[in-house]
Amino acid sequence: MRHYPTPRLWCVRIVLSLTLGLLLSGISQAEERFIILQSTTSTQNSGLFDAILPRFQTQTGIEVRVVAVGTGQALKNARNGDGDLLLVHAKPEEEAFVAEGWGVKRYDVMSNDFVIVGSADDPAGIAGMQEAGAVLRKIAQIQGAFISRGDESGTHKKERALWKIAAVDPLKASGTWYREAGAGMGATLNTAVGMRAYTLTDRGTWLSFRNKADYTILVEGDPKLFNQYGVILVNPAKHPHVKADLGQQFIDWLVGPEGQSLIAGYTIAGQPLFFPNAPGG
Amino acid sequence: MQDFGQAFTLAFQLIVSADPTLSEIILLSLRVSLSAVTIASVIGLSIGATVGILRFPGRGALIVFLNALMGLPPVVVGLLVYMTLSHAGPLGWLHLLYSPTAMIVAQTILVTPIIASLSRQVIEDLYREYREQFLSLGVPPKTAVAALLWDARYSLLTVALAGFGRAVAEVGAVIIVGGNIKHVTRVMTTAIALETSKGDLALALALGLILILIALSVNTTVSLLRLSASNSAYA
Repeated sequence: MRHYPTPRLWCVRIVLSLTLGLLLSGISQAEERFIILQSTTSTQNSGLFDAILPRFQTQTGIEVRVVAVGTGQALKNARNGDGDLLLVHAKPEEEAFVAEGWGVKRYDVMSNDFVIVGSADDPAGIAGMQEAGAVLRKIAQIQGAFISRGDESGTHKKERALWKIAAVDPLKASGTWYREAGAGMGATLNTAVGMRAYTLTDRGTWLSFRNKADYTILVEGDPKLFNQYGVILVNPAKHPHVKADLGQQFIDWLVGPEGQSLIAGYTIAGQPLFFPNAPGG
Repeated sequence: MQDFGQAFTLAFQLIVSADPTLSEIILLSLRVSLSAVTIASVIGLSIGATVGILRFPGRGALIVFLNALMGLPPVVVGLLVYMTLSHAGPLGWLHLLYSPTAMIVAQTILVTPIIASLSRQVIEDLYREYREQFLSLGVPPKTAVAALLWDARYSLLTVALAGFGRAVAEVGAVIIVGGNIKHVTRVMTTAIALETSKGDLALALALGLILILIALSVNTTVSLLRLSASNSAYA
């Protein structure tokens, strides 16, 4: 029979108790004063939440946990009850969400605009054009590379609406000059820069994006490029576990003077990323 | 891309400054992945030992199945766990979604087949060697299993390390079930994905380098433990 010297058991015991400690430390962490906000990659990638949420937490003791996904996935998650609040940018879908009873009420929070970015050499010659529809038509004509989000996000929905205005069906060219990334805003910008393609982005993400290379804003200012964000409390009548009190407290703060002025004050290189436009703010 | 040098400098600065946010993320990564590997080892070794030693109908098919499960795509596991833990799902009442526990569950599912499959092979090979001896000495099954596990412990440790490597490196599952929430469920891999999407490639790569360092230090710790154990055994 072999004998097992104690030092070995010792080591085993240390490792075991360490892992057990790690395990248990997770279970004891029960923090109740938090709400889950289903939101979009564009708001997270722009750094807005990091700028305003700590203030709300200091004032109220409520932690806002942000899950940043595309607007389509955020709406789906909220329908499943996996969040207390929704902050997205696809007004028709948001209104349908409320109309179907999934949300209590929709509040306008802020806006910014979409821009079309591209490389400095601009093969389609769209720089300075005014009409987004005409721009897309021109890109389609020369079959210039264009990266789409392709993920049912708010930006993707906006882009499809613009193609409709341009009277072009880009899906016929999918995989050739029209490429669907199926990714978040930042990842799509990385892809566009890598492929020297045009893409549509919200101004917030663009301003905070760090991998611009020689990319610049080529088209901006068309009223059709307007981008409105709204906030909705998930309906506790559908999902009783929704923390309606805490959630409503956050909405009131966000659309109130305090939240609105913080949104206005968030700038990158002196440029505001979002313009608060809550009716009461 | 000229970000490589910058990434190394950044990684160095982050480590030296002991950035509290980074420490939090590293600790959570370790907690989630080590917990998952521990649980997966208990389940996986039981399966591995059972299938390695016993002979029963359908065993061959089960082995093929277990081996195939080693290739479970993290994103699919994440989706299944999300659908199960979602408030609309069967286990929604547990309120586990977007918590480290949900991430541990997902990684455990990913790692268990790896540990079960690889340990099954290790134990089966060793059992072939020991079988005659066990039979002639009339060793009871419990003692036999304990002896096999103990004598194969170094190989099994490597098996556990393979599982840890899989867990700590995956992003597909934890980003869906954890949600990459700052201070709550953000781990190294989801932080890297986030910085990449912000276009901050240098920072993303710096975090990647630190993740490699973490994997290296976990493996070094295990090797040292092994070394000191075998030294004392033959001292």
